[in-house]
Amino acid sequence: MKRLLMLWLCLLAAGPLLAATPLPGDSIYQLGAKLTDQDGHSWPLSARRGRVQLVTMFYTSCTMVCPMTVDTMKATRKAVEEPARDKLDLLAVSFDPARDNVAALHQYAQKRQLDAPHWTLARAEPQDVRALSALLGLQYRQLPDGDFNHSSELILLDPDGRIIARTTIIGRLDPAFVDAVRKALASG
Amino acid sequence: MGSIGMRWVWLIIGIGATTASLAAEYVPLPGGSFASVLAADNKSAPAQIKPFHLRTEPVTNAEFLAFVTAHPQWARDRVATVFADKQYLSQWASADALGPDALPRQPVIRVSWFAAQAFCESEQARLPTWYEWEYAAAADTHRADARSDPAWRNRVLDWYGRPSGTALPLVGGEADVHGVRDLNGLVWEWVDDFNALLVSGDGREQDGADKVRFCGAGAANMQQKENYATLMRVAMLSALKASDTTNNMGFRCARPE
Repeated sequence: MKRLLMLWLCLLAAGPLLAATPLPGDSIYQLGAKLTDQDGHSWPLSARRGRVQLVTMFYTSCTMVCPMTVDTMKATRKAVEEPARDKLDLLAVSFDPARDNVAALHQYAQKRQLDAPHWTLARAEPQDVRALSALLGLQYRQLPDGDFNHSSELILLDPDGRIIARTTIIGRLDPAFVDAVRKALASG
Repeated sequence: MGSIGMRWVWLIIGIGATTASLAAEYVPLPGGSFASVLAADNKSAPAQIKPFHLRTEPVTNAEFLAFVTAHPQWARDRVATVFADKQYLSQWASADALGPDALPRQPVIRVSWFAAQAFCESEQARLPTWYEWEYAAAADTHRADARSDPAWRNRVLDWYGRPSGTALPLVGGEADVHGVRDLNGLVWEWVDDFNALLVSGDGREQDGADKVRFCGAGAANMQQKENYATLMRVAMLSALKASDTTNNMGFRCARPE
């Protein structure tokens, strides 16, 4: 009984300790940005911690590369075998906070069949969008007609938010990148 | 009673003077339509710049030290590696002291984009956009846009040609027509949208296989080929990562009106 009590006390003490394990210095979750998803829920970027993430940036009115980027994310996930596939989260953050409100994200998710819980579409305030793009090494600029020039890449984050792989191959599978995803899921 | 009263008056005046000398000065710039080296639509459209306020001087070592003291998460021994590289503030004697190689009134250099942005937030400001910076830097002592004057171009280019081994001058150069100092001739400066210029120094974007990375019209089309001093700056900014620090990159801040 006494031992059980001790064990329980240890667990009680260790729980918060585990939760408070400091983030690695090279984690993008160091950024204190707030994101809002397609269901209107807001959370800090660091709430993604704990699972492997496939991340990109896009905007819903983009008609050229973005649909291909989303398709490539779908295909990459599908290329991973069950059950490892279910441990992978897909996150797409909008370049266009002015037009991509929660309703626009929600509609896009429905239209493209980007189902929760593994898909998250999110928006952030303009200064956080710029900082996140800087952290991810993505470029974007808005044109006078409202469209964007932007780089299109898929970025793989480990459970602590470190960038462990990236690919600029969009429109078909990048075998090396798929391997990196598999490896991350096996060790994560 | 009288003397005690006077002492309070002097104390208050003293505090006021100290605060005034510490607070950075910002001046209003009218903005408007501006022919940037980067056309807004990648073809020929001028940039539309809203009125804004610009810091009259680049941020100095002394000012950045005060910021780091108040926000120790930005000290060089504490900063997250994702926000600044190993060279961050390495010209200082230690994490919390300038030392002989970093004079208080020299512009701070070896700061990352993230650190610069955090400093500006502490002044309720942000980094200027590229268009704001380029527009402000087009001025000289008596014209808002001196760029068509070959003498202006030569002055900027002469600075680029200066050997990089020499010690940085102090801030406090001649004020331009807006009352802003040292935009050209002292340090390079971060801009908010440094990763929006879509021109890379290594020419990656010209590679046909990579064109798909850019949604829309592709890499920005550079205007005014004769203004290569400004084009060099665009190339430099585009080649950097946000955590990079360099020997000649400082910054100043801006505020929307």
